[in-house]
Amino acid sequence: MWVFIARRLLWLPVLLFATSIVTFTLVRFGPGDPAEIILGARYDEQAAENIRRQLGLDRPFGVQYATYMWGVLRGDFGESYRYRGRPVSELLFPKMWVSFQVNAAAMIVSLAIGLPLGFYIAHKQGSWQDPVAVTIALILMSIPVMISIPVALWGLCLKLQWVPCSGWGGFWDLRIIVPALTLGIPGVAGLARFMRASTLDVLGQDFIRTAKAKGLTQFAVDSRHVLKNAMIPIVTLLSFALAGMFVTSFIVEFILGIPGVGHFTIDSVFNRDYPIIMAMGILGSAAFVIANLLADITYAFIDPRIHYQ
Amino acid sequence: MALTEITEVIERQEKSKGHLRRAMERLVRKKIAVACMIALLVVYCAGIFAPLIAPYDYTEPHYTAIRKPPSLQHWAGTDLAGRDVFTRVLWGIQNTVIITVVSMATGGLLIGITMGLIAGYFSSKVDSLIMRTGELFASFPDILLVIILAYALRPRIIDWARWVEDNTAIDGIVRSGVVDYFVVSIALVAFGWVGMARLVRGQVLYLKQTPYIEAARAAGAGTPRILFVHLLPNAISPIVVSVSMGMGALIGTEIILSWLGLGIQPPRPSLGAMLLQAGSLSALREVPWLLIAPGSVAWALVLAWNLLGDSLNDVLNPHTR
Repeated sequence: MWVFIARRLLWLPVLLFATSIVTFTLVRFGPGDPAEIILGARYDEQAAENIRRQLGLDRPFGVQYATYMWGVLRGDFGESYRYRGRPVSELLFPKMWVSFQVNAAAMIVSLAIGLPLGFYIAHKQGSWQDPVAVTIALILMSIPVMISIPVALWGLCLKLQWVPCSGWGGFWDLRIIVPALTLGIPGVAGLARFMRASTLDVLGQDFIRTAKAKGLTQFAVDSRHVLKNAMIPIVTLLSFALAGMFVTSFIVEFILGIPGVGHFTIDSVFNRDYPIIMAMGILGSAAFVIANLLADITYAFIDPRIHYQ
Repeated sequence: MALTEITEVIERQEKSKGHLRRAMERLVRKKIAVACMIALLVVYCAGIFAPLIAPYDYTEPHYTAIRKPPSLQHWAGTDLAGRDVFTRVLWGIQNTVIITVVSMATGGLLIGITMGLIAGYFSSKVDSLIMRTGELFASFPDILLVIILAYALRPRIIDWARWVEDNTAIDGIVRSGVVDYFVVSIALVAFGWVGMARLVRGQVLYLKQTPYIEAARAAGAGTPRILFVHLLPNAISPIVVSVSMGMGALIGTEIILSWLGLGIQPPRPSLGAMLLQAGSLSALREVPWLLIAPGSVAWALVLAWNLLGDSLNDVLNPHTR
């Protein structure tokens, strides 16, 4: 297993290098001229020329990439085009904290509903409750957020007036309810299903029969033997779900006006703020890849039956 | 004696039907699956025959009926410019249907299956090349990749289409909206093929160890024959399930792209753009019915494919239940 981990760790920089090249190429050859964006209405040929030289845009592509990556390795993602004079990292990191809070709240909703539901329906295998619960979870999973958010806003904000309609007030603010529900509920289906499968798997094992045979109560069997073992695969899914929630929150943040990275990235795409898109491409893929790696490693540690070559 | 004979005959009949046929028979006995298939058929027909069914023109404003709730004249109401929402939903479905079916056929089926077969069957060098490329595509948060792709590609493709218009007799490419289809499809294909390739590769890796492939090779079957006659049909069950689930995801992504304004451009209607218009707070306050038609259609499409995929999984891979 150590060989497996070492190999994956060695592979990581290669993958990140490749994703950074792809992002850099796509963004550089994307629409628009950075000098035009920075100057806006005050555009004139001489000033544009100066800015291009200043940003190094007149140099060959390879040199531009190397300069940029050298900066990234030292933690310098360049300066935003739109917010002149402010480094990308200074703009991004506070927003990442906001996004993380939104995702954490959503994750709590998913876990609080999904895990007990999956555990429960595994014990009801074969009864009508099982397929009904799975189907309802699937129905909720299939709502695109562009529909669930307006519906939630229409109900909770406009009609009932329980929560303010948009904006952001931190983790303990009422305004976190709509994003937590709309991001968290679609995650319930996957979690419940996974928990159900993994619980069923454990319920069929010999040691459960032994536990029952020696006279343990149902509660003791469930809490001491079933739950613990059924949670193993869930750990993997959780790290995947973290990466996944990072993705969906682009749209949710954008609709609700939450000042997180997702909202900021989409804004930057439309404002052609390349340094920010680039930083997001690189950081986003890094987060994604590392989350997957961690999932594999955790899985290998928790379950000794798994052997990686 | 007679009884065992009868069971034998029945068994032989059962066997001769084949795996897929039996699975399909089990599928039509599932009420949810049948309901999904009917719903998909209705929505797809509505989209394909939009030019025939649509009661109005999708750009035509009705100045006497601006922002009107659903009525007999306008089944789903009219939007802020007085355009008939029902008509626009039909045309929006058409766009979504064309783009997602094309992307699935090229990305998921053509590229994904070919890459999976090649990676699974041939040398480990080719295998790692394909799978590493796949890993590269899969290591972006997918919406981000699709957004950047769609955004970076559009002007290139428009330039290219203009060049074709200027240099050949073909005219009106940019105006016809083909470019939009192209941009969105490429972005969706880039993100769609990896999952399918991984799935097929896994199946092939497992199947090529089995004795019947060895037997086929011993009998003198060539590589194409082994790949397409022996391996692919045996890997079909997970492919079918993945296509059904994948269609739901593709439709969701297409709606996100057009919602962001990176998909089909106005004045051509798209479900995503309609949802954007209907989802703003002012629209929710004043014209909430705008959300009903495009929202329920988009939800129904994604849901039907997901539920169908779930049922297909049950009947095709019964041991996983």
